[in-house]
Amino acid sequence: MSLALDLFSIAAISAGVFFFLAGTVGLLRFPDALSRLHALTKADNLGLGLIVLGLLPRAESLLAALMLVAIWALVQLAGATAAQLIGRAVRRKGPAI
Amino acid sequence: MSVLQALDVGLAFLVFAVAAWTVFAPGPFAATVGYVVYGLLLSLVWIRLFAVDVALTEAAIGSGVTGVLLIGAAARLRGAETTPAEEALTGLTRLFAAGLCLLVAAALAAVVLLLSDQGPTLAPQSMERLPETGLGNPVTAVLIAFRSFDTMLEKVVLVLGVVGVWSLAADRYWGGAPGEARAERPEPTLAFFAQVLAPIGILVGVHVFWVGADEPGGAFQGGAILAAMWMIVMMARLTEAPQASAFWLRLALIAGPAVFLAAGVAGAVVAGGFFAYPPGLAKPLILFIETFMTFTIAVTLPMLVAGPPRREPRR
Amino acid sequence: MSDFLLATAGAILFTVAVGLVRILGGPGDADRMMAAQLIGTGGIASLLLIAAATGARGVDDVALGLAILAAFASAAFVNSGAPAEEPDPNPADDR
Repeated sequence: MSLALDLFSIAAISAGVFFFLAGTVGLLRFPDALSRLHALTKADNLGLGLIVLGLLPRAESLLAALMLVAIWALVQLAGATAAQLIGRAVRRKGPAI
Repeated sequence: MSVLQALDVGLAFLVFAVAAWTVFAPGPFAATVGYVVYGLLLSLVWIRLFAVDVALTEAAIGSGVTGVLLIGAAARLRGAETTPAEEALTGLTRLFAAGLCLLVAAALAAVVLLLSDQGPTLAPQSMERLPETGLGNPVTAVLIAFRSFDTMLEKVVLVLGVVGVWSLAADRYWGGAPGEARAERPEPTLAFFAQVLAPIGILVGVHVFWVGADEPGGAFQGGAILAAMWMIVMMARLTEAPQASAFWLRLALIAGPAVFLAAGVAGAVVAGGFFAYPPGLAKPLILFIETFMTFTIAVTLPMLVAGPPRREPRR
Repeated sequence: MSDFLLATAGAILFTVAVGLVRILGGPGDADRMMAAQLIGTGGIASLLLIAAATGARGVDDVALGLAILAAFASAAFVNSGAPAEEPDPNPADDR
């Protein structure tokens, strides 16, 4: 059972790292600020979610596991808000403010 | 080299690279962003150095309070006439600044590396006496019990900082309110964010303060998170900053150090020494003092960030 | 297992570093603003992985604090620009 959980953790965390890599590739390759913003907030948040999923079986207690999920939910909120705010600023002031 | 050591080396290199970039950054706003990134990386470094309380403080102050303060300042500078100042900041000046930073860093490194392994320290004695305070977190014990006078003076410095910031106001604005007025239709994104985050943040701030007695945390960290919550509500313009002449505001600003000082003086009467705590009552007294200190920090930091009053006082 | 967790933490820090190289130099302030967001998300991920690997106590609270304050820099950045819906009173600020 614990081997299966370890394999699940490894798989989820590896997928999370893959999405972080994808986000950085997007940052490097996308042509303008708005698409880079997309790569950053969507891919990186998904990567964090997968990493939290992979760390859940290793949590010490139910409360610690809930804390991990709460951290991820707060990062989602912050990422969505930051994306909207930065996107609005880019749209209002032009791409190279 | 183990994985952990490789990680530490990589982290140190990244911190150094970001710091170097911040010195040579093209303009105040870029340097401010570099500073915020540097602060967040430093949090990681503090965790690796097993100083979790410091990491919490670095995260709360560096990204929350100082980041907002510097970004606001950089934005104000950008609107103003900055060309003469930017001309003065040539490559030579930046090189000189970098050289000075390197010199200080090298001196610090030399001192740390050349120190003997067993330097003079009070750490073993304070760990021995820790159970007498009733606390489980040695950092909190040092801050509020063993070195309490210093901590109280730090809060007085914060109050003096607020007075200094307020004194920058024009004469006719003295006693007025800083910041923007409350908006009729606040920006929806920021308003939503503030309305969702503030209750959660208040809960987390109180939790971090309360748990600081036994786990990493404490009055300053909890107060900084609470301060950030008030700041985001003010930034979303759902509420406006109070007037500098408001009585409750001035009372809140001095509540922390005043209660601390009163406890210290009472200690001279009741427990036989200035800032001594009566045995057995130490932990409740410490938590009582910390409550007021958290409140003061939560009120002082947003007032520092809000800046000098910009509107005439209402009678 | 803890070696694997530390290695993934290092990999995430590496992607953050590469991303920082790109967007800290990027044209315009919006790109630089994204650096704070990048280090926030990546930093929290590395922090959780390092905490799970080394078993440090209280690191969850640091990650919670970082998560709460992640968007503050962006909020300050936008807030210092032109106000939201009403016409800009200071034309010099706008383009």
